[in-house]
Amino acid sequence: MMKVCLMYPDHDFMLDEACLPPNKDDLEQDLELGILFDAMAKDDSFLRQVARQAVLSSLKDPAIIHFRQEILKDCLNHPETIQNIYRIPLEFLDRKRSQWLWISTRHANPSSILSSALHMLEASLDLIRSLRQIADREGNKFESEGFRRLFTMFQTELNDDYLSRVQETLQRLKFPNGALVSAKLGPGNEGTGYLLCKPNHTGWRWVPHMFTKKSPEYTLTLHPRDDHGARALAELKDRGIARAAEAVARAAGHIENFFQTLRVELAFYLCCLNLHERLLALGEPISLPKPLSMDQREIVGSRLYDITLALTLGRKVVDNSIHIKQKDLCIITGPNQGGKTTFLRSVGVAQLMAQSGMFVPAQSYSASLCTALFTHFKREEDKTMESGKFAEELRRISRIIDLMEPGALVLLNESFAATNEREGSEVARQIVRALIEKGIRVFFVTHLYEFAHGFYRDGMKNVLFLRAERLNDQRRTYKLVEGKPLATSFGVDLYQKIFHKDLHREVSSASTAPLSSGGKG
Amino acid sequence: MTFRSILSHQNKMQWTEDFPSDSLSDLNLDLLIDAITETEAPDLLKPFFRTPLQEIDLIHYRQDVMRDLENPALLQGIKTFAKGMTRVERYLSMVKKMTYDAHRKGWFLEAALIYCDTLSDQVRALSGLPLKSRGLRSFREYVTAYVNSPAFHTLSEEARKVKQALSEIVYCVTIQSGKFRVKRYEGEPDYSMEVERIFDKFKQGNDPSHLVKLPDPSGMTHIEAKILEFVTKLYPKPFALLNEFHARHARFMDEIIQTFGQEIRFYIAYLDFIADFKKEGLPFCYPTLTPDAKGIHVKDGYDLFLAHVLLQKGESVVTNDISLKGPERILVVTGPNQGGKTTYARMFGQLHFLASLGCPVPAREARLFLFDQILTHFEREEDIRNLRGKFEDDLIRMRQILDQASSRSLFVINEIFASTSLQDAFLLSREILTRLMALDVLCVWVTFIDELSSLNEKTVSMVASVDPKEPTRRTFKVVRKPADGLAYALSLARKYGLTYQDIKERLS
Repeated sequence: MMKVCLMYPDHDFMLDEACLPPNKDDLEQDLELGILFDAMAKDDSFLRQVARQAVLSSLKDPAIIHFRQEILKDCLNHPETIQNIYRIPLEFLDRKRSQWLWISTRHANPSSILSSALHMLEASLDLIRSLRQIADREGNKFESEGFRRLFTMFQTELNDDYLSRVQETLQRLKFPNGALVSAKLGPGNEGTGYLLCKPNHTGWRWVPHMFTKKSPEYTLTLHPRDDHGARALAELKDRGIARAAEAVARAAGHIENFFQTLRVELAFYLCCLNLHERLLALGEPISLPKPLSMDQREIVGSRLYDITLALTLGRKVVDNSIHIKQKDLCIITGPNQGGKTTFLRSVGVAQLMAQSGMFVPAQSYSASLCTALFTHFKREEDKTMESGKFAEELRRISRIIDLMEPGALVLLNESFAATNEREGSEVARQIVRALIEKGIRVFFVTHLYEFAHGFYRDGMKNVLFLRAERLNDQRRTYKLVEGKPLATSFGVDLYQKIFHKDLHREVSSASTAPLSSGGKG
Repeated sequence: MTFRSILSHQNKMQWTEDFPSDSLSDLNLDLLIDAITETEAPDLLKPFFRTPLQEIDLIHYRQDVMRDLENPALLQGIKTFAKGMTRVERYLSMVKKMTYDAHRKGWFLEAALIYCDTLSDQVRALSGLPLKSRGLRSFREYVTAYVNSPAFHTLSEEARKVKQALSEIVYCVTIQSGKFRVKRYEGEPDYSMEVERIFDKFKQGNDPSHLVKLPDPSGMTHIEAKILEFVTKLYPKPFALLNEFHARHARFMDEIIQTFGQEIRFYIAYLDFIADFKKEGLPFCYPTLTPDAKGIHVKDGYDLFLAHVLLQKGESVVTNDISLKGPERILVVTGPNQGGKTTYARMFGQLHFLASLGCPVPAREARLFLFDQILTHFEREEDIRNLRGKFEDDLIRMRQILDQASSRSLFVINEIFASTSLQDAFLLSREILTRLMALDVLCVWVTFIDELSSLNEKTVSMVASVDPKEPTRRTFKVVRKPADGLAYALSLARKYGLTYQDIKERLS
């Protein structure tokens, strides 16, 4: 049995929209993941699809993350070999397209399945041989468990001996002397239990019939224009050969599937190589993160930056060091346009990248895994006229809660603010308290002072307060520091800025701030 | 008493199906009937379930049959019988459409075989069972006499002999393009197995199967017919027996037994459907029905369709009581969103409807009213095709159902006039309530207007209640008490199940 297993040690990686988390659209929109996928794809729509699938379907097992990280190291060390292997499945797909090779089970009958399976097998054999040659030549340079297993498999499973036996069987299944099928009479005297048989006289055709007593036999030759009859006869034959066709088609399907899987799974590592190249050019650091267990509730890292912002601006961006241990709730407050959303996004994107086995945008990083990541960001639009914005927010968080289980990580960005402060704070308090008591980690960017202050007053050990830094001269550094929530979010600053009470100062602050077009809110 | 029909002791039932489809769907009765008839034959059974009865004696006739069938041994036997009869009918209708002689007679033989087995088994199963209902006792007499007749005995013996002879035949076809040969089978070995062994290493658990599911042939092509003709030449004797059998027994089926086989499925479908609920400890009872007194009483009733949905999800079902005494006629239901108000209203309608079919109803005790119609008015999605506003539409539909009503009608009204101001909604609702009271009908009225619940001695205030210790938790209990209101943001959070308590429950 041939398996690629470069994404998981024991099963295939599938491009399947249905396997993505139900909140994938929210994640893509809230974390600006499209920018990341574009950088990984480098204009190849197939690569983009793979990048999206891999980043959005988070791994929960640290062993598998490690498994991919090891393979990724091999890829970073031998990029040309990876490109060479990747060309083989592409060649197969090319042939498939140009020679019209496919096995369709819909509307197909066993005879046509049998013949198309035969063609596909014949077109694959030399490609399989080339894979083995690469394994022979390069195999010993690779260190990861994944690549070592793959190369060994090529050498043991499909030797020339076996392939020639396959060839011979396929020849016989063309039935040069007709297909012999036995049957019984079922209900209604309809033929049933059709079985493909091996004729008794195979290989003994030269023995004269005079020795055996000839049993009676009736023959019918169809009228040449009796298409209906020819079809009916073919159908009967199909009943007889169905099982044999199934076996051959399964083999062909398996090999096709193998090439498809090889292409998909290598594509993920090509995506990583592409992204690495971009970040190298920007001078931004990367590191292979250390996955920690869920109950450590930890994120510790240095020089964590928002990769989507760096890719958008095409230059280095502000980074943060982060030190969170044994915390269930992180409440982030502070002035408008102080880098809160950017920080929240960098945490979310790093989490997804880490849990896909990739490197992360930081100099060093270790993070507790989560069972699933959720985002609940303030939305501008309100498409449904019938319900208010607050109701829309509640419906959305309710859908998220339906999907949650302990160990999830939720990023809330100015949630529950579409009502008055007192009611919003109370609703937020009930929701957040219930979530953290049920083992769900929450990051909450908020202006709800009553809510934030309430938690601060309670003085719980498992709650951390971060504040976007604002210098006394109103300048923002876009750095997050530990600090208690304040009653003002310095909206007055913004008001002043927009109505330019002091135009001179506004211009000077924009020129010194590192991120003048940074995230809003 | 001679046996005629298991659904009626009188003359043949008329399946009118004139019960308004709006009411069926408002009460979720259409979905309930779909669920009940799903595994049986929906087309055959739906008319039975859509025709409520108005005569007490007829309802009792059915209730008695239903009680007998609650004996599991009897029910099992009857089910096997109904399945057998369905197959016989299907085969015989197939035979009418077939062209090739040996083929047609082959299916005819099949039908006869099943018919004989089914009836013999049925008589064996029925004998000695304690039957109380008029319907089943007279059917047993009828079918026992039929099976013990010499004619039936001959039919069954001959069918078996012919089948035995035919099933011993094995033949071979060698297929080439445009040509085939047929001969007797002479011990040729299986080749598929050999091919499968060669490709065995490509087998894995999650393969997409390439095994084409060739459709079971329902007809016969002229090629198959020709092969069959050659087979009749290779093995002539069994086919001669088949011809004789067909000539002698052309019409073997009894009409009254045939009808019984169809109608009994009404009972099977319902009892099968409620069996799962009984297993979960949910109560059912045979209701008392009164055509005149309007006092009704239900203990531990529930919405059967909702229970069906909940049971599939593995969730538990909350039961509720109904009680109208003396002058009381109108149950006005208020309370928090998603607190069980609509469910309560549907339960009221469903209980009455099911009772009028002669079925046991989902409740521990029930005394119900024998109605002439159930009229419903539920909130509708706005319909772009009619140019009226939603509010006007509400009024027009209300007028229509009021015009149809008699004093024996039941009303179920759910959240109407939601698209106007509170004051208008109150005035209009009071107006309509006054009309309903003048008609002296029984009614359940679900509303967000608390004031309606205390209009006069005919109204009873019912409130979908919350847990007194934890006011954010709904109990889905609808209880008799004065109405009370709640604050906006938190009640909205409550609506989406987002209070502290709600979330903790949702995540456990």
